[in-house]
Amino acid sequence: MLNSIIYSIKQAFIQVFRNRAMSLASIFSITAMLLILGLFFIAVVNINMATEASKRDYETVQIYLLDETTFVDAQLIKEKFDGLEGVANTEYLNKDAALAQWKSKWGESGYLLDSLSNNPLPNSILVTVSELEAADKVVQTAKTINGIEDIKYYKDTVEKLLKITNFIQISALIIMSFLIIVSVVVVSNTIKLTVLARSREIHMMKYVGATNWFIRGPFLVEGVLIGIISALISVGLIAFSYSKISELIGQDIFIILSTPIVSVSFMTMNLVIIFLAVGVSIGACGSIISMRRFLDT
Amino acid sequence: MIIFDKVTKYYKKNVGLENVSVTIDKGDFVFLVGSSGAGKSTFIKLILKEIEADSGSIRVNDTEVTTLSNREIPILRRSIGIVFQDFRLLPKKTVAENVGFSMEIIHKSQRTIKRQVPQILSLVGIGNKGNKYPDELSAGEQQRVAIARAIVNNPTVLIADEPTGNLDPETSWEIMKLLEQINLRGTTIVMVTHAKDIVDRMNKRVIVIDKGKIVRDNVGAYGAELYEEPCLVTPFEGGVFSKDVE
Repeated sequence: MLNSIIYSIKQAFIQVFRNRAMSLASIFSITAMLLILGLFFIAVVNINMATEASKRDYETVQIYLLDETTFVDAQLIKEKFDGLEGVANTEYLNKDAALAQWKSKWGESGYLLDSLSNNPLPNSILVTVSELEAADKVVQTAKTINGIEDIKYYKDTVEKLLKITNFIQISALIIMSFLIIVSVVVVSNTIKLTVLARSREIHMMKYVGATNWFIRGPFLVEGVLIGIISALISVGLIAFSYSKISELIGQDIFIILSTPIVSVSFMTMNLVIIFLAVGVSIGACGSIISMRRFLDT
Repeated sequence: MIIFDKVTKYYKKNVGLENVSVTIDKGDFVFLVGSSGAGKSTFIKLILKEIEADSGSIRVNDTEVTTLSNREIPILRRSIGIVFQDFRLLPKKTVAENVGFSMEIIHKSQRTIKRQVPQILSLVGIGNKGNKYPDELSAGEQQRVAIARAIVNNPTVLIADEPTGNLDPETSWEIMKLLEQINLRGTTIVMVTHAKDIVDRMNKRVIVIDKGKIVRDNVGAYGAELYEEPCLVTPFEGGVFSKDVE
């Protein structure tokens, strides 16, 4: 057992080296595929993160109170929402605290708010719902209460956003599946050529009584090896360009979208795992498929 | 020991073998002769389970071949050595590597391989050629390498598929002597051949297959009935092989 594993690994290295041109062709095509896959992955992960962040914002119904509504009245109003089904949390936010929140959100540009002579923000009650459906009820209830200036709530926006991200996720998934199928075909064709070149040897091995796994072993390891090399190259390339890009525009994007982009280290760590898994599976599937015909009898 | 019991094999509508029953005992030396397409290859392929019989039973060394699962085929083949007309050596491996390769396949340790390969090479008479590549050897020497490869794992049966087909008469005869020597060690030998002179001179058991049936099975000469195909038969004149086999 150990002997044949060592034999397979040794043979695979020899084969990859001996068929350098073919191995390089496979590595290039898998790397190209993984790079595209990586771009999609980065896009999807960032969109997801942005969606989650904005969803959290929109899970809150903001109820602005009239200036003449007293703190005691506000507490009574708050209690009405506490009793509603689907409400996770209610919070009274006075105008000063609201201004402080804005300031911290604006970060370095927060000093701009200092120039305001008086605080234009109203006192408010923030009602956080556990599911979007409950928000409607909160809005209905709020409309029947006196002392309320305005109700801010973005159900349509949230729904639209969810629909768009859903669409992006599904299309990315379909495109990625196609890419994976294409790579399996490319790798299996490449390995089929090396198998063909060695068909005499394979025939002889069968006559001498080699098991199918013994014959398949080196080709399988060869495919896996090609997969690992491609995965490492593409993770390296993506991590490098992603860190450069986020260095360049990361800060600006943060301010414009008010959502952070996914960190380079988190992305790299995930990509290493995903790419290794995808690369290895593509390599292994490719070689098993290309060997099938030769191992029939 | 090989036993065919009422074995039939058809390729679509063409007959491969039809109701063939024959026993080849351990230690036998058998010539399998017949015109092209008579069923010789079918016979060999059935022994190796390269193809499935339609009906009947085939036993090799007390193993029923017809019911073997795919997993068990390699084990069967390890007890059978095979030599081809075109040698089928691996050109990028040295002689020693070609022979050692078939030991690697059955998981022999490198130490055993290093010890046994030189022994087997000198047994077949090419003890000093271990480091050469096949294309540096003569045809006869290449066939010796192929024989070394076939017997290195001590098979009980050696199948030789026209082993002298590509060799000149003198070399053919040397190979035959080598096969006889291997036979004397107890290995059953089944040799497919068209070489009348060799069959006549060896005077061993001859099984003649024609249109999928065994039409003759006895010890003796090649037989006049096989002269119909002159191009496949090497004429034998006064103890010298006059012409190479086509």
